[in-house]
Amino acid sequence: MSATAGTVERVDLAATPLRELNQRLHDQATAAERIGHWQILNPSGAHALACGLDAPIEVEIMGHAGYYCAGMNKLAAVTVHGNAGVGLAENIMSGVVRVTGNASQAAAATGRGGLVIVEGDASARCGISLKGADVVVRGSAGHMSAFMAQTGRMVVLGDAGDALGDSIYEARLYVRGSVKSLGADCVEKELEDEHRSEIAELLAAAGVEGVDPGEFRRYGSARKLYTFHVDNAGSY
Amino acid sequence: MCGIVGLFAKTDDVQARLGAHLASMLLEMNDRGPDSAGVAFYRDPAPAGASKLTLHHPDVAYDWAALAAEAAAEFGGEPSVHRRENHAVVVVGTAADEAEAWVGMTHPEVRLMSAGSVIEIYKEVGLPRVFAERFGVAELDGSHALGHTRMATESRVTTDGSHPFSTGLDLCLVHNGSLSNHNRVRKDLRREGITFRTENDSEVAAGYLMWRMREGATLDQALEGCLADLDGFYTFAVGTADGFAVLRDPIACKPAVLAETDEWVAMASEYRAIATLPGAEEARIWEPEPATVYSWERDRVAA
Repeated sequence: MSATAGTVERVDLAATPLRELNQRLHDQATAAERIGHWQILNPSGAHALACGLDAPIEVEIMGHAGYYCAGMNKLAAVTVHGNAGVGLAENIMSGVVRVTGNASQAAAATGRGGLVIVEGDASARCGISLKGADVVVRGSAGHMSAFMAQTGRMVVLGDAGDALGDSIYEARLYVRGSVKSLGADCVEKELEDEHRSEIAELLAAAGVEGVDPGEFRRYGSARKLYTFHVDNAGSY
Repeated sequence: MCGIVGLFAKTDDVQARLGAHLASMLLEMNDRGPDSAGVAFYRDPAPAGASKLTLHHPDVAYDWAALAAEAAAEFGGEPSVHRRENHAVVVVGTAADEAEAWVGMTHPEVRLMSAGSVIEIYKEVGLPRVFAERFGVAELDGSHALGHTRMATESRVTTDGSHPFSTGLDLCLVHNGSLSNHNRVRKDLRREGITFRTENDSEVAAGYLMWRMREGATLDQALEGCLADLDGFYTFAVGTADGFAVLRDPIACKPAVLAETDEWVAMASEYRAIATLPGAEEARIWEPEPATVYSWERDRVAA
């Protein structure tokens, strides 16, 4: 297998059915001659754009995307040049999903690996039930972000809304701005050297420069909810 | 599910093509609400001293001319009626509340869809795509308009259960979501003299706004009251004579996108409805915050 270097495959959604596009992108997983760079024109808020990718290709969406863009992403680097609707990069496994504008609710929900970058604001429930993915939000994140987040890391350069990290497990949250309120069992923790280097690593991965990791505050689980009590182990 | 669309014209050009724009938006929301559809248009003001009613009768051959002639005989002026499928807009030479009472007394066989000086409401069961075609939505002009596509959850699919719901003179409500305490609130509102035609939860929200404003609340105050008194999921859009307002429940369960350019302000359940508008790619786009009332009025936008 080899990637064709230098060429950009442009697909105009005003002329090409969405399913045809997604099928062609899926076919890259097993293609003998892989097309390495794609541009999707006229997305017009269509749902399920570039979902289920499983190849190290670059996909640029030239406009606003609808729901569940780049869901279940593996290996691919997907960039939305605009805003994304509900459920961006839901259950991302690996690769990178970047949005230059805002992302709607539940960005990176249940993500298991890879990196999700929102250059604008993320709306409510960003990183809900996070299971290992990394999330970097350059703007602010909405209410109930990182709800029940199990593992993975979230860096918010702006503010966080109400009930940050409600019922959180082992995910690590870093917020530079204000936090409107913390959710149940989520507490502020000391920012130590290992956390500063972790933030620096995530900022570098997201292409964020000139931000001091020391400006962030760390939040995580107090491990006091009933789920953490050994007496309740039999209930599961 | 359900879909909501709203469009507010800032230029004469958008005003002239308001129906065409709103129809395109509504069609994008077809699959979110295939059970019924409806629109409220703010257009064609009634002359001073007169008012206009939108009326519905299931029979498209209903004799609207006779009704309009009776109205003219009662209140003076020339009979004026514009039929649109099984709806008709009748201009009556008196205040809207009096005109409304007169129709209720003399023609119990017709249903009042809206009353006021500028509002017209059209709604019917069936696919939004078919509705838009049947009612010629694309031909309408106007200063602003709301539309709704319904996927029924809480009550039967009927014309009366379709949105928008009239909530008073020149006012209407469209709703995406479901209310869980509507039976209780309906009982309370009936005691206050508010009447209901259906078992629909959204009609209760409309009745609630009507009651609060009857008791002296402003629209913004009435909407803020929803946060305390209505339990459930909602994105509401409310049309007024001068503009519209948007409110999402405190958890923001249901989607809403707002967008603004120099030519228009739009709201929709999804961006793809807004994508049909001229200049959408360059619009300022944002999601309304939960539990926050957003409103636009003609004077404020023009300023």
